[in-house]
Order: sequence, then C-alpha cells, then structure tokens
Amino acid sequence: MPHTLSEHESKELLRAAGIDVPPEHLVQTTAAAVHAAETLGFPVALKLCGRRIAHKTEHHLVRLGLPDVAAVRRAGDELLATRRAEDGDTSLLVCRMVSGRREVIAGLVRDPVFGACVMLGLGGVFAEVVGDVVFAVAPLAGGDAEELIDALEYGTLLGPFRGEPAVDRAKLARILETLGRLGAERTDIRSIDINPLIVAGDAPIVVDALVEIEGNPS
Amino acid sequence: MSTLTARFRPLFYPRGIVITGVSGHPGKFGSVAYHNLMACGYAGELFPVNREGAVCFGRSTYKTVGEVPHGRADLAFICTPNSVNEEILRACAQIGVRAAFVASAGYGESTEGKDMERRLVALGRELDLLIAGPNGQGLVSTGVGMCAQIVAPYPPPGPISVVSQSGNIASSFMNYACLTGIGMSKAISCGNSAALELADYLEYYSEDPDTEVSLAYLEGVADGRRFLDVARAHSARKPLVLVRGGVTDAGKRAASSHTGALASDARVFAGVCRQTGIARVETIEEAYETAAAFATQPLPRGPRTLIFTVAGGWGVLTSDACVQAGLELIPLPDDLRRKIDTMVPARWSRSNPIDLAGGETRDTVPEVLELMAAHADVDAVVYLGIGIQAAQANMFRGGPFWPEYGLERIGCFHEGQDRRYALAAAEASRRHGKPILVASELVYTDRAYGNAGPLGVTEAGRMTAPSGQRAIRTLARMVGYARWRARHT
Repeated sequence: MPHTLSEHESKELLRAAGIDVPPEHLVQTTAAAVHAAETLGFPVALKLCGRRIAHKTEHHLVRLGLPDVAAVRRAGDELLATRRAEDGDTSLLVCRMVSGRREVIAGLVRDPVFGACVMLGLGGVFAEVVGDVVFAVAPLAGGDAEELIDALEYGTLLGPFRGEPAVDRAKLARILETLGRLGAERTDIRSIDINPLIVAGDAPIVVDALVEIEGNPS
Repeated sequence: MSTLTARFRPLFYPRGIVITGVSGHPGKFGSVAYHNLMACGYAGELFPVNREGAVCFGRSTYKTVGEVPHGRADLAFICTPNSVNEEILRACAQIGVRAAFVASAGYGESTEGKDMERRLVALGRELDLLIAGPNGQGLVSTGVGMCAQIVAPYPPPGPISVVSQSGNIASSFMNYACLTGIGMSKAISCGNSAALELADYLEYYSEDPDTEVSLAYLEGVADGRRFLDVARAHSARKPLVLVRGGVTDAGKRAASSHTGALASDARVFAGVCRQTGIARVETIEEAYETAAAFATQPLPRGPRTLIFTVAGGWGVLTSDACVQAGLELIPLPDDLRRKIDTMVPARWSRSNPIDLAGGETRDTVPEVLELMAAHADVDAVVYLGIGIQAAQANMFRGGPFWPEYGLERIGCFHEGQDRRYALAAAEASRRHGKPILVASELVYTDRAYGNAGPLGVTEAGRMTAPSGQRAIRTLARMVGYARWRARHT
C-alpha cells in the first residue's frame, strides 16, 4: 500500500534533494509552538502535521497569519484539540508566514506509459479549477524546464504583473529539474505535490508539500 | 547504409515478392494485392502462389512457395489463412525471403489468436525474418513502384512517409497525396504491431534517405520511453507530423495527489509532443497539409509573418488566425511600404495585411511577392486569393459572349496571370529560403474547371491550402518545429 509522508517529512525530503525550503519547526506542545514562532518571527502559520493528515485546508487544520504570541497560543490549543485517534502521530508545524499574490503547483507523477512526469500548474491550491497545467517526461534535460514554464497558457502571470516582479525562472526551473531527478532516482516515490509554491517577490517558495511513497511505511 | 536501413530494405525495397493467398477469385485479398502490385507497376518480380495453381488475371501461379526460385524474392505478402502461415513462412525463409507483411487476420486482435501471434513473433526471430502486421492492410513504397496492399489508392511518389495504427487512415493520407500531388515515399499500416511497432518504422524513416517528413497516426503507445527517444531523434533530423486518436481525459492517474488527479493522458501526451518536437495535428486533412508544407517549403526562421491578399475579408480573417496561432503579424516595414507606394494607387492598405485593393497591374503581384520574401524582417508569407482572375475567365468561357468582344483575350490573360503568380510565389520562396503558403478554396471548388491558380501551385510542386486560416495553422506548426530544432540540435 502506498503511504504519504507528513508535510514536514515531505519538505525534508525535498530539502535533502536540494530544493530550498524555508525553516520551520516541528513541535509537540503549544508552549513549544510559541517559542518556535518567536524564533522564526511573526507572523507565522501553524498547521497540524502527521502522516495521515493530507488536505489540511479542507479540514481546517491550518491557521494562517498569526500575528503574536496570544494568537499562536490560541491556535495551538485549538489544533491540538481537533486531533482524533485516526490521525495517528501528530505534531504542530510552525512556519514563517509566506505571502505572495501568485501561487503555482509543482509535482511529480508516474504515468503508466511514459513513466515519471513533472507537472507545473498555475493557481496553486486552485490548480484543478484553473486547469492550466503542463507536463514533461522526466528527467528534464537541457531547456526542458524552461520550456515547461513557457508552455503554460497564462504564463504571462509569472512575468512582471501588477507591480509584482517576474518570477525567478532559474529558481523555478531548478525546482522542476529536481522533481524530475527525484522521479528518475527514487523509484519508491509515487507522487509529489508542492502545493502551493507561493511566488513571494520573485522567489518561488515551498509552502506545503506532500510526498507519496510506494509500499508500507517503514 | 546503416544497419537499420539494411534491415528494412527487404520490406520496402524488395527485388521480388511472393504473394500467398492469390486465387482465381479476383475479390480475395491475395488476388487484390497481386492486382495492385501489377497495376501500379512494381519494378521487381512477382511470384503469386495458389495451392491449386489456379490461373489469376490470366497468369499462372506457383502451387507452393518452394517452387519459387531461390534468391529472387526477398519479401512475402501473406494473405493465406493463419493456420497455414507458419509453414509458409518457413518455406519463404528457405527461398531467401527476408521480410514478410502478414495481412491475414485471426491473430492477436481476437482472444483465440493471441497465442498464434506470439508464435508468429517467435518464428520471425527464429528465421531472422522481419515481420510486419499481422492483420494489416499492406504497404507501399513508390521508390520501387510497390503497391502491396489490399486497398486503394496508390500515391504518387514524393518525400512523405506514413505509418499508421489504422489501415483506413493510411488510405486517407494516400488519398490526400493523390489529391494534392504531394507524394509519398512509403506507407505502412502496422496491423497488430506484433513484432514491429510504430516506433520501429519511425526510427527507420528517420534514417531513410528517401523520407523527408514522417506522418503518423497513433492510437496507443506500447513503450513510452522508446517512443520518446525515437520521436526526439526523428525530430532532430526531420519533421514528424502526428495525429493521435483515442485520447480522452478519462485516464486519471491512480494517486492521492493533486498532481496525479491533474495528470490526464491528454496532458501528458501534449508534454511528450512538446519535448520531442512532434508537430501534433488534430485532423487528417490538416495533418496532410502540414506534412506537405514541410515537404515542399523551406523552414521558417521565425514567426514574423506578412499576409498578402487581393481582397479585404480574407486578410482580416487570416490576420485574426495569425495572432491566435501565436505568429507575429508584423507591422509593415517602412521601406516595403515606400516601394509598394510607387507601384500601385494610394488606396492600397499600406499595412499588414498587404491588400492591393485591385490596384495591381501586369507585374505587380510577382514583384510584391519578391519584395516580401527578400525583406530581412520577414520570416514567412501567406498569400491569399490566387485563382480569382481565372475563376472569372471561366465565367467568361461559359457565358453567351465567349469568345467575342475581347473575352477570349482577357480570359486567357487572366488564366496566364494566375499561373504566373503561383510560379512566382514558389520562385520567391525558394530564392530566399522562406515559406510562402498559398491559400484559396478554389483548389477544391474549381477543381472541375481546373483553375489555373491552384494548378500553377501544383505545377510548382507545392500545395494550395483551402483557407487562409488553415495556411496559418500549418505555418504555426512549421514555426514551432523550427524553434524546437533550433533549441535541440
């Protein structure tokens, strides 16, 4: 049976592969979350994190833009109170708040005919509705990653747009190439979602990730 | 000759062909294939085999393959029932046959035949026999005048080679070859693709010196990675135009991820085409037009397009299509505007599209075609409205006054002009190494008359697109491919 890694484990896997992931803290208590938030700097996001917790937004397991200690304390207590037995091991994940008006989704999937494929889509968490997603068979060589960015129908959104700078294409391309390399090297990976990848200023920042692994959890 | 071209040589350039399943009945597949081979002027020797030695088309037949002299045939076209084919193929190998096209049915397309198909593949390997099919409708190779198929038509010779996972669609492409006069080198229907599949033929076409463009109809890909490698290597050498059938959005991947949910078969295949430089086309007719353009026009160096028209509306629609297709409808270069100002009255458009508004005189159109093609800021030209003068000449011819009142003189002048324009477009295109696509629906609507405009385009070895929009879409595919080539080779 395939299983999913927790958000934190997923991000650690991406980080180990060379993708920039902003610092975050995995803690067990509200008090530790407050301490972590003070270390990272406000505002922060607080999420309930565990292997059996996917699709956190839909289940209201994310608290965004917490401005101060009191807000973190309240959010931490609330999230811990929502835990259910079937969630298994859970922790609190404290992340620095990332804001940007543009979101994308990047990912990896195994196609039954063509094998590992890298995906890029506009809209981040709204990607399924927007439907502007493009694929390339991994590994991405030469200009494949740049071409993937160019293949988006509304890719102009990633250029200079309403006061926002153009996205750093080289950084985005590197993320896509790394996903492709993971697809080729790690045959145990069934799929990866980086969703959303928020464009903050010009930098694409990994805000949430979900890695699906073949076989039973070790 | 590469190993690959040597391997396919007996299939596409046989010195002699054994045909099995030939019969006294002219409707049997073997008889039809035998007929088509003779009717289309196959250059080598034919060895028809009929188990009773029946006379077919007034010619005697061999009773067994073993009676065929050794070393004279290197291809077998098999139309016998599947139950006898193993024995027949062994006999073929004995007389020096190196390749077989198995047209017979009853193999892997049915549950009962799957085992027989596996044995067929094993036999091919054992006998070192290249086996195409089974259950295919045949192949053509114009280099040796070979129409080894159980259906019509036989295309004129030319630079396009076809491989199709549907026999009917191979025929459709051949019908377009006959219609347009832009001919084929080879065409094969894969049948069940038991031993040789679409990618194998494409790999061969990519190395075959007689193939300049490949045209494929694809439904299923057996080995994705191999398809990707073959297509990429093909595009690096020559264009590959492809129509894909059977793509639905149903093929969502089994994964609990968003990426998995978004990974439809159609989206992944669009990525494959982008990565491999395949010119993907939705319809058979536009696929043929695209292959024909690749085969007869220089590759555009970029997307900067001029539209040249003799009337407003065509230019407007074609401009819209140009922008929509991602081509660059460039502002008319100043020096070009100044030159044309000196040639026609001031009512002309003075912008792109160039519309002379009827102000042209005898030599204006060829001169403007030359000026456009020669201009450094122009990569491609779409020329609209060829044949309208000849169409009027045809009306003169059919009217009550022909040939009096000077109608004959003016009618013949019009027809001569349209022919000249067609030839001038091709000449300017060749001289400057830039595509000039000619479009007019008269290529279809005036076929019975034989309009001098489209006929002139054919005489120049090119084809007339049936509309400006279709010419633009073809051009956009050429620009896309040229861009891919520039990036990848």
